[in-house]
Amino acid sequence: MRRYLLWRLAQAAGVLWAAYTLAFLLLDLLPGDPVAAMAGAGLNSTQVTPERLAELRAEYGFDRPLPVRYAASLGDALRGDFGTSVATGRPVADTLADALPPTLQLTAVALPLAVLGGGALALAATFTRHRKLRNLLLSLPSVGISLPAFWVGLMLIQVLSFRVPLFPAFGNDTAAGLVLPAVTLAVPAAVLVAQVLSRSLLEVLDEPYVGTARAKGAGRARVWFRHALRNASLPALTVVGVLAGQLTANAVVVENVFSRNGLGRITTDAVTVQDIPVVQGVVVFGALVFVLINLLVDLAYPLLDRRIVTSVRRSPA
Amino acid sequence: MTSTSLLSVRGLRVSYTTRGGPVPAVRGVDLDVAPGEIVALVGESGSGKSTTAHAVTGLLPPGGRVDAGRILFAGQDLTALSEKALRAVRGARIGLVPQDPAVSLNPVQRIGPQVAEVLRVHRLADRRTAARRALDLLARAGLPDPPTQARRYPHELSGGMRQRALIAIALAGAPRLVIADEPTSALDVTVQKSVLDHLQGLARESGTAILLVTHDLGVAADRADRIAVMSDGEIVEQGPTARVLGSPTAPYTRRLLHSVPRLDAAPIAPPQPSAPVPLLVAEHLTKNFPLPRTAGGPRTLRAVDDVSVTVHRGETVALVGESGSGKSTTARLVLRLTAPTAGRIVFDGEDLTDARGARLRALRRRAQLVYQNPYSSLDPRQSVGDIVAEPLRAFRVTDRAGRAARVAALLDRVALPASVRDRRPAELSGGQRQRVAIARALALSPDLVVCDEPVSALDVSVQAQILRLLVDLQADTGVSYLFVSHDMAVVRRIAHRVVVLRAGRVVEQAPADTLFSAPAHPYTRELLAAVPGRGADA
Repeated sequence: MRRYLLWRLAQAAGVLWAAYTLAFLLLDLLPGDPVAAMAGAGLNSTQVTPERLAELRAEYGFDRPLPVRYAASLGDALRGDFGTSVATGRPVADTLADALPPTLQLTAVALPLAVLGGGALALAATFTRHRKLRNLLLSLPSVGISLPAFWVGLMLIQVLSFRVPLFPAFGNDTAAGLVLPAVTLAVPAAVLVAQVLSRSLLEVLDEPYVGTARAKGAGRARVWFRHALRNASLPALTVVGVLAGQLTANAVVVENVFSRNGLGRITTDAVTVQDIPVVQGVVVFGALVFVLINLLVDLAYPLLDRRIVTSVRRSPA
Repeated sequence: MTSTSLLSVRGLRVSYTTRGGPVPAVRGVDLDVAPGEIVALVGESGSGKSTTAHAVTGLLPPGGRVDAGRILFAGQDLTALSEKALRAVRGARIGLVPQDPAVSLNPVQRIGPQVAEVLRVHRLADRRTAARRALDLLARAGLPDPPTQARRYPHELSGGMRQRALIAIALAGAPRLVIADEPTSALDVTVQKSVLDHLQGLARESGTAILLVTHDLGVAADRADRIAVMSDGEIVEQGPTARVLGSPTAPYTRRLLHSVPRLDAAPIAPPQPSAPVPLLVAEHLTKNFPLPRTAGGPRTLRAVDDVSVTVHRGETVALVGESGSGKSTTARLVLRLTAPTAGRIVFDGEDLTDARGARLRALRRRAQLVYQNPYSSLDPRQSVGDIVAEPLRAFRVTDRAGRAARVAALLDRVALPASVRDRRPAELSGGQRQRVAIARALALSPDLVVCDEPVSALDVSVQAQILRLLVDLQADTGVSYLFVSHDMAVVRRIAHRVVVLRAGRVVEQAPADTLFSAPAHPYTRELLAAVPGRGADA
């Protein structure tokens, strides 16, 4: 087990490094110049002299060759220093730390909402004996997955904020303000959970051990909750790991639709003004979240199913 | 008989809904089981025997429907009961021993609670009492050290142990009838015998009746008081075991009895060449597989341990053993589908132990494989013609027209009509599919064909035909067979020499005549004694 954990942590470090490097190279390939963009953005009316631009480039280190910049920034990143925002002049780490709590709040509500909602939908779809209702429920996920998050958000605002003023349409301040964005964020994730869990439930319900349970005289509720659900939840758990990435990505859209502060907002802002250090920081942070959640998911498998052994696979002797 | 019957099925009709409309599976079955009686329902796949049994428990697979008839159990018509009333019958008054113990226990639940669940569902005990009684039940089912086993998960138990746990579940509610649906066909013969002995003993003790569904006439002969033979949804014959087996009246029963492989049946193998030429010589083969690491450091499983096998030209050598004996691994080593940890493989004078690339490909051309399961070893998307022609294409043998001619000749050789060439495997029966697999194996005119349990997934009447085909092909072409099997009766029919494996080691190796008439090793004797049906001589 300890070997396994060390191995997985090494893998995680590898993924983070790869994400960092890829982001660095891709952002470097972008046309335009962050320094020029910054100068243009900050000093709209005044003309920036070429001398001043060169000075700025030297100040931020953009005049050095690529490998040198890469080595330097990687070294800094390892010490927790992700550079300074070219737009605001604040350290990237601080920018992220400020933006994190609202986003964390949002996803912390959205993820359980997605898992519970999706799970309930899957259970209802497989449990009902009503044929038409079952077909309707089973088709909901494919409908849900094709609704873009911004559209869902706008619809919710339109109906539950403007027509029936139940929840505020934007803002970070109140708990009620969290409801609509969290629901918007949860919908695409929930339908994914529902889709995978209902498929897997239908499969498991055909397994011979479910037949054994029925032959014991067990009722439907017992068969579903005691026998089928736990066996069927492994694929859904895998999806939850993937959702961590999806939620972060969708948070960008949702935070903009609802005018909330958070990681999504600073990402949009950073991309708009080509604030490369911030974008880089967001990418690495996203990778970190993704890697951590998936490590947790992998560690949870053997708790659900004892046949799964967490150990390092060795090549045959 | 009806007045004394515990179970009395009258005019039962069951059909399955398919896209093409309802397909009848059971067509007017009358069947009686008296209290304490063991009745065997015998038939081949598709005969409707399992459907009949499942109809009794009210647990038909999706699409299944009782169209007509009555199922009287202790005076109560089960077909008229609500789902809720049926639940009170299941587990408490009718127990079920399912077919495949490997998949019939909930993999994420410990054994003990799974047994105790029956008592909890029927409110026969509170939580604590149920747990304690589960231990008793496991002990009665013949599981050693119940407190330890009860805490284990199904995958930590052997197949025989799991079936014992399932027997404990079936008997937990002290039912008056147990339906055993092919309870041992997934188990090794020696395990099969002890499990059936135990089930029979427990039933006798408690006066429980058993409806034993089986394809194996030998099992039925050994265990049942009465036998009902099913074919095509109808019972063609039923009566006391000795009468049905001794003087069968229905032609189908006679045919079925005739095709059962028996230890005392005459071998059908062609005579061996008088001057044996070794084709395959495998010496001191050893194969280790790594196991998951534990605190004790790395561990390995020695699946094959110092096994030496020689196959001569035109000879059939049988590798016999139970699951875990290393027989399939040995077959894979011989074909170099997996590399041995130690040992030497010489094929036709050439050392192929470390062969790679072109030399290994040359071996592939001369040594072929027929798999156990014809349902999964043929690509469902290819036509039969493409499947048989694939080896010819892979080795670029002849042109398109030449291949077509060769495919036609091969299909003819395995006695398939030319029309199957454009069909897909799903449209063929199990026996036909295995013929396709054999035609594919013969496409390159190999010197050696390794058959891994080639008939164990087939019905007995089809088994007999496939064995006959293999023997005829050997007589015509002089091909050698390495025949992997767990079935001593099948081996008796076609092997020239037999190698008995146990736990990766050769325990006995002898010409077939010697081995079957005078087995030297106690384990060989045990294997032979465990073959069902020895008690029933027609």
